[in-house]
Amino acid sequence: MRRAVLIAVPYLWLLALFLVPFVIVFKISLSDVALARPPYLPQFSWDEGILAFLSELDFENYIFLTEDDLYWKAYLSSLKIAVFSTVLTLLVGYPIAYGMARAPSEWRPTLMMLVILPFWTSFLIRVYAWMGILSNEGFLNQFLLGIGLISEPLIILNTNTAVYIGIVYTYLPFMILPIYAALDRLDGSLIEAAEDLGCSRLSAFWLVTIPLSKNGIIAGSFLVFIPALGEFVIPSLLGGSGTLMIGKVLWEEFFSNRDWPVASAVAVVLLLILVIPIVLFQRNQEKQQEAEQ
Amino acid sequence: MNRLSWFNVVSLTLGFAFLYIPMLILILYSFNESKLVTVWAGFSTKWYGELLQNEAFLNAAWVTLKVAVFSSTLATVLGTIAAYVMIRSGKFFGRTLFSGMIYAPLVMPEVITGLSLLLLFIGIGLDRGVLTIVLAHTTFSMCYVSVVVSSRLVTFDQSLEEAALDLGCSQAEAFRLVTLPIIAPAVISGWLLAFTLSLDDLVIASFTSGPSATTLPIKIFSAVRLGVSPEINALSTIMIAIVTVGVITASLVSKQQAVRQKKEEQAAERAA
Repeated sequence: MRRAVLIAVPYLWLLALFLVPFVIVFKISLSDVALARPPYLPQFSWDEGILAFLSELDFENYIFLTEDDLYWKAYLSSLKIAVFSTVLTLLVGYPIAYGMARAPSEWRPTLMMLVILPFWTSFLIRVYAWMGILSNEGFLNQFLLGIGLISEPLIILNTNTAVYIGIVYTYLPFMILPIYAALDRLDGSLIEAAEDLGCSRLSAFWLVTIPLSKNGIIAGSFLVFIPALGEFVIPSLLGGSGTLMIGKVLWEEFFSNRDWPVASAVAVVLLLILVIPIVLFQRNQEKQQEAEQ
Repeated sequence: MNRLSWFNVVSLTLGFAFLYIPMLILILYSFNESKLVTVWAGFSTKWYGELLQNEAFLNAAWVTLKVAVFSSTLATVLGTIAAYVMIRSGKFFGRTLFSGMIYAPLVMPEVITGLSLLLLFIGIGLDRGVLTIVLAHTTFSMCYVSVVVSSRLVTFDQSLEEAALDLGCSQAEAFRLVTLPIIAPAVISGWLLAFTLSLDDLVIASFTSGPSATTLPIKIFSAVRLGVSPEINALSTIMIAIVTVGVITASLVSKQQAVRQKKEEQAAERAA
């Protein structure tokens, strides 16, 4: 009896505040926009019955998504930005994780804390910090002009470059930590063995270290890719009018155009796109757990 | 793996410079005399003074703090129960769905979570305000708490609980006297995580808040959209300082605990 109550409390909470809302989003994505409060039709009412209600739902909004260039371009461009920034984060993060794993063991707790500290600091503030650095009169341009490297300010803020910098910067700890965890577990004698058997240091790294840290690389990449795909704050603060990302489109569809049915359809399609990487990530984590046991 | 090559040293230096220089620049310019954030015009603390007089920011900070305390506490209770149920209850009806609902919010884009919760609140006619933000934050942060706590419960030696039951404890007593003290560090870090997530959240709060309740991130976001401002730099500096002190204290405390535990274990071994 007590067990049933214990299970029921978090279960019902999640059903009511996680699952049911999705059903509502799905339902509204099949509705029509209307000048009403709330701004969509049909509203469900018991008098008219379920069948009458269902017959008014249709896939019009999804057809609209395929017809208007804006949406599929935004999905494609989000995918492109998410993939590139994941690769960039990996290229920046791997050497850092590698350096941490090779550092003397008494340094490691401090290095770990230095990686985790930005993660606890407000995301919004970390993105905002780059606005002051990248703007035309910002710190970076003043510095480069000052040392005479450039003669005209670089335009970085409000471009896709700024979005890449923002994503790499804010998600870097998510990449470093799993790779570091994998490298930390790595048995150093394997690399020595490879070197004894005639591998150069570089090929030992390439043939032994990288494959053995594969799980960390995969986990880190998903941890960056999945949230980057639906990112809203970074493109809206660092990106420009040319930066198309689906999180921003959804936000504007909802808050500016007040087209809730289309915003809901955008959300459902984004969710369908995300299902694939989320399932792959889950599999990778399960495999890792099995390997550990 | 204990030889640092020049390559390691360079990548660590550049990496940490990349992580920390932007924040240092942000902090530096909060002490700038000039309104133009980009021109250095001498040291001044006037932006901190103006911040303390800005009632809109202070109100928003108060709302944010209230939301964070309520939602993280509620999330810790619910998340700990969820973790306990997942690890200890064996099979029950709908277990797969339950575990899916615990993990899904961790990877869900914030815009979707925010949108879906807003549509729910409108659907049931709940006025948007502090309550709706608390409900929304509790829902996603209880999942983080549950992941943190269940990773501790997995490594927990269950025979300790069984021993307590054999010695006449009721199930509730065994949980309170044995399980809870052992998983306490994980519960506390879960609470801290939930608290920070709530303080930090812009997107979900934007969807679920009403005109009566504006949180600090919403306020910062609308100010920052218009460009860089020294007041926001001052506010950011205060927030960074609080987090830094918090994280360093937490790591010192946990280090001390680890040392103490080791000593106790050694003493117990000697006694035996």
